[in-house]
Amino acid sequence: MSVLLSVHDLRAYYGQVQALHGLSFDLNEGSMTTLLGANGAGKTTTLRAICNMVRSTGAIQFEGKPLNGKSTENIVRLGIAHVPQGRGTFTTLTVEENLQLGAISRKDIKAISGDIERMYAHFPVLKQRHTQQAGTLSGGEQQMLAVARALMLRPRLMLLDEPSFGLAPLIVRDLFNILGKINREDKVSILVVEQNAQLALEIADKAYVIETGRIVMSGNAKEIANDESVRKSYLGY
Amino acid sequence: MSTIQETAAEAHPANIDVPSKKNMGLGRTASWAMLIVLALLPLFVRNFVIFQMTMLLIYAIAVLALNILTGGSGQFSLGQSAFYAIGAYTAAILIEHGGVNYVLTLPAAGIICFAVGFLFGFPALRLSGIYLALATFALAVAMPQLLKLGVIEHWTGGVQGLVVTKPDAPFGLPMSQDMWLYYFTLVVSLAIYIASVNLLRSRSGRAMMAIRDNEIAAAAMGVDLSIYKTLAFGVSAGITGVAGALGAIAVQFVAPDSYTFQLAIALFLGMVVGGVGWLPGSLAGAAFIVFVPNIAEGISKGLSGAFFGVLLFVVIYLVPHGARQGAIYAETLFNKLKRS
Repeated sequence: MSVLLSVHDLRAYYGQVQALHGLSFDLNEGSMTTLLGANGAGKTTTLRAICNMVRSTGAIQFEGKPLNGKSTENIVRLGIAHVPQGRGTFTTLTVEENLQLGAISRKDIKAISGDIERMYAHFPVLKQRHTQQAGTLSGGEQQMLAVARALMLRPRLMLLDEPSFGLAPLIVRDLFNILGKINREDKVSILVVEQNAQLALEIADKAYVIETGRIVMSGNAKEIANDESVRKSYLGY
Repeated sequence: MSTIQETAAEAHPANIDVPSKKNMGLGRTASWAMLIVLALLPLFVRNFVIFQMTMLLIYAIAVLALNILTGGSGQFSLGQSAFYAIGAYTAAILIEHGGVNYVLTLPAAGIICFAVGFLFGFPALRLSGIYLALATFALAVAMPQLLKLGVIEHWTGGVQGLVVTKPDAPFGLPMSQDMWLYYFTLVVSLAIYIASVNLLRSRSGRAMMAIRDNEIAAAAMGVDLSIYKTLAFGVSAGITGVAGALGAIAVQFVAPDSYTFQLAIALFLGMVVGGVGWLPGSLAGAAFIVFVPNIAEGISKGLSGAFFGVLLFVVIYLVPHGARQGAIYAETLFNKLKRS
């Protein structure tokens, strides 16, 4: 398996405050990797640093090419879709317009409507609501929309920021099943940041645990899930 | 730091309450009815009223321009009077010093103001919400003094300003100057309105509204924040410039103190009263800023400002979403009547 994304010695800053202190990890092509950690550990910052949304230093390579210095929109064009924290719904636009925005950086405009139909097949609830203002959807539906919108890019890599946040357990389970399906069938590599460690470890192949801006643990997801001391000290279940 | 890094570091987008895009325009029946009223009314009123209606349309264009900026891309401006002034002076100087036909001064004013607005958009990228409002406010405050500068006095006429000749109706049409100018303005307004509605419905418009709704998510979709934010500023300034040019021709006079920040505040007021993000509301907003001061003065000469304030308060209290809200009531009522 080849490395799709490699992050080396990543340090990120919000103004004067340093949020990441030399983070390194790899993500293999076709894998589903999870970053776990408590509030404020630096999970969101890591995803933002990959997309150059925060000031950072260190080496980030995607398919062997450096991302450093590239603007967010150019990074997106390489096929990195980011589902931001809190879903990032365009609340006053319709569901369909949200999906169209996911494809706004694509050049092959003719293929877009076909992809929208594919998303409706993945997420039938979005089809029912396609003319509705996206802000009126429920939290779970908005999260589905956020994932579908990111897929509209036809990404190689999808970055997901706490997809389970604020959702009912049943819906979370649904969503993760769909993510697994997308990962296997559409060959989209996924980097998912989660607080719900138990669930994330169930479906991910590989896991990294972050604490205050550093990686403190990494390994096969199953091994981490089975290691009681790790679970108790870092994951809290 | 790039724009998105600034945003991610602060991450408190201004929440602007806007209608869904479906409601951006006006229904077909209502549009035609409005157009017919606007087209026929001047035939039955005095010249002074026609002049007032011309000013109404001109302010409506300026309010619409601000609406594209705020309602469309989510950026505030309290400096629209500056762009209006540049448009007005462009037209006045071209007509009086250059002998240019008044029709051609409109695109000239539009292009110059687009350029100025686009350039102003770059420093504005670093600011958002109230800070941007203050920066644009500074522009509005500076503009009258800049226009009085001695260096350009030969062109601008300094404090005295410039007198502009009012155009006659072409092709020997049997109508007064005021009436001709009204119809000319109506055609220009209509063209700008249609173009603006289409702009907001286009891919670029969608990108702007995505920025308004959620900047971080828009960036994550690959929307180039810098380009679209500055573009929104440019388009808004350009349209305001056209309004300014029309204003100069209609009033037949430009002077620095006609374009103080009070004008900018009035346009902002017009946008809020009309309904932020609802383009047809621009006309209602413009009507408010043109006619309500007169009504207030009719109630009491000495306390006109106070009465204006009271009327404004009543409007904001009763219809906080502006004319859009009124339109929704009217539509519901109309549909009920149709069914019964």
